[in-house]
Amino acid sequence: MARKLLLEHINVPGINTFDVYRQKGGYRAVEKALKMTPDEVVEEVKKSGLRGRGGAGFPTGMKWSFLAKPEGVPRYLVCNADESEPGTFKDRYLMTYIPHALIEGMIVSSFALGAKTSYIYVRGEMMPQIRILERAIAEAKNAGFLGKNILGSGYDLELYVQPGGGAYICGEETALLESLEGKRGNPRIKPPFPAIAGLYGCPTVVNNVESIAATVPIINDGGEEYAKIGIGRSTGTKLISASGNLVRPGVYEIELGLPVEEFIYSDEYCGGIANGKRLKATVAGGSSVPVLPANLTLKLANGEPRLMSYESLSEGGFATGTMMGSGGFIAFDEDQCIVRNTWNFARFYHHESCGQCSPCREGTGWMEKVLHRLEYGHGKMSDIDLLVDVSKKIEGNTICPLGDAAAWPVASAIRHFRDEFEWHVKEPVKCLDTNYGLANYAEPIAKVEVSTEK
Amino acid sequence: MLRVEEQQPVEFSAALTEKFDEIVKRYPEGKQKSALLPILHEVQAEFGWLSTSAMDQVAAYLDIQDIEVYEVASFYTMYFLKPQGKYVLEVCRTGPCCLVGAEKLMEHIEQKLGVKEGEVTSDGLFSWRGVECLAACGFGPVLQIGPEYTFYENLDEKKVDDLIEDLRKK
Ligand SMILES: Cc1cc2nc3c(=O)[nH]c(=O)nc-3n(C[C@H](O)[C@H](O)[C@H](O)COP(=O)(O)O)c2cc1C
Ligand code: SF4
Ligand code: FES
Repeated sequence: MARKLLLEHINVPGINTFDVYRQKGGYRAVEKALKMTPDEVVEEVKKSGLRGRGGAGFPTGMKWSFLAKPEGVPRYLVCNADESEPGTFKDRYLMTYIPHALIEGMIVSSFALGAKTSYIYVRGEMMPQIRILERAIAEAKNAGFLGKNILGSGYDLELYVQPGGGAYICGEETALLESLEGKRGNPRIKPPFPAIAGLYGCPTVVNNVESIAATVPIINDGGEEYAKIGIGRSTGTKLISASGNLVRPGVYEIELGLPVEEFIYSDEYCGGIANGKRLKATVAGGSSVPVLPANLTLKLANGEPRLMSYESLSEGGFATGTMMGSGGFIAFDEDQCIVRNTWNFARFYHHESCGQCSPCREGTGWMEKVLHRLEYGHGKMSDIDLLVDVSKKIEGNTICPLGDAAAWPVASAIRHFRDEFEWHVKEPVKCLDTNYGLANYAEPIAKVEVSTEK
Repeated sequence: MLRVEEQQPVEFSAALTEKFDEIVKRYPEGKQKSALLPILHEVQAEFGWLSTSAMDQVAAYLDIQDIEVYEVASFYTMYFLKPQGKYVLEVCRTGPCCLVGAEKLMEHIEQKLGVKEGEVTSDGLFSWRGVECLAACGFGPVLQIGPEYTFYENLDEKKVDDLIEDLRKK
């Protein structure tokens, strides 16, 4: 069995309460951290090699060390619990079943950053999770782990939960800060980065729920111990949300470096493809990352096994690879239609674009429209290249990465599944009630492609 | 665009404004606008939707312009700017849920309730709509019902029928 750092006690009855969590060793990291200096805590997190679990994979310790510390100006830690990336549901899971792991991590991290007030921004639809967190905060406060002079250390911290209003874009950290200030979720132009001017113009760190929870085992066991788990620069464990046509979808904690094949097919994890079907494709890191056919999911272009790590998943660049993203692993069986799913995702991004930049606002709309006509048998051959063209015009030309996130799924679907898109044009009637099927997407990889594009 | 189709004069109870006071305390002095989203959720939980009258009173309470409330209420998808059914069934319509039957389930709900997406049943009890990924993709299809946002996971037609019957009897 793989090591579990975050979900080890998830099945212990009552682990959502302070008392049971404490019995299982909870809040030791706070006791330990408060005896260290804030800089020492930051140093441990740096040593751990922890990379942000919200999607971008930026090293957490490094991000913390960028935080400006002007005299007399408050600093803030804001936890990003907006979790709305299609395919990702690990943060909701963690907050539901083991909320104190996040609260403990928030105390440790806030101390490291010198924040006296911290917020957990939770998407508004997670009202039940908001109640759970509020209860956990009250319990922790009662036990002296929050509030004034925590454990007699002289450190004060207030922790609040803030609901969002239902907008995917508020997961983008500057949109999140705007929203927390009571405004529309329009991403800010960077620089300045939040580390310099974030919430209320003060230095701010925004971190994902899982990144913050991971600081608990890092402080307990030491950064070096944490870094021993995993492979290369992908250290530690990672929560993977597995969805789609799997025997056992759900949230799994893996040691980074696990072979993708083992993750999909072994009984410890997803248990294979549901209903005895075959795997056609996967989206390995949440809807924003490139889709891969089955063969490239399981193996790299050179035939070696692909691993669940930041490096291995992106091996081959965008030509034959994808990205770790937020760890939202979506599996498509042989009966699924890639054109339909690409249209669905394009619709999602069009719906969620905040509308500030024309390439994103207009481009996502066009992609949705063109994909809709391809899916419903009204498309032309030239539509396929039109889609590639639109996606290229969005990519890199927008204020925030939502534009890229909308472009990549479309571009990658056409790169790997062009024959399926063409079939929709050639068979406008048949495509309405039949699917293109598995084709040769699961066949062994014939030739080694050298990556030329990123 | 903000279209307010009906007027509903509202009065905030003392209990409700007490909640507002509690929320405002979470933010630094002068940053009370941060309370806007949480307060709008409280107002919607009380009245079922956000009328202009309600929004104007929130603006007055927070000492901000009316437009600052309207622009927020119209940006975020959770706020209703017109009356809804007592129970709004919000079904996830995004990719992963569609892989496990969300689209069929929405068709079923439309038939069962006899109203189109966004419309209210004649008894005023139900409306429904598709929403984007609810962060429960591994347990799809899913739907949620406000204002508590209770989740119903791993749904099929039978479970939805039972749910609707249960709500009717409530
Ligand atoms: C459109 C968009 C949506 C995002 N949604 C989320 C989200 O729901 N949760 C999250 O933690 N990060 C999300 N991010 C990433 C955040 O901007 C930010 O990088 C992250 O919260 C940093 O935390 P980390 O370093 O701990 O990963 C999103 C980014 C973009 C561009
Ligand atoms: S890229 Fe899209 S979502 Fe991001 S700021 Fe521009 S319009 Fe808004
Ligand atoms: S796609 Fe339905 S909950 Fe995520």
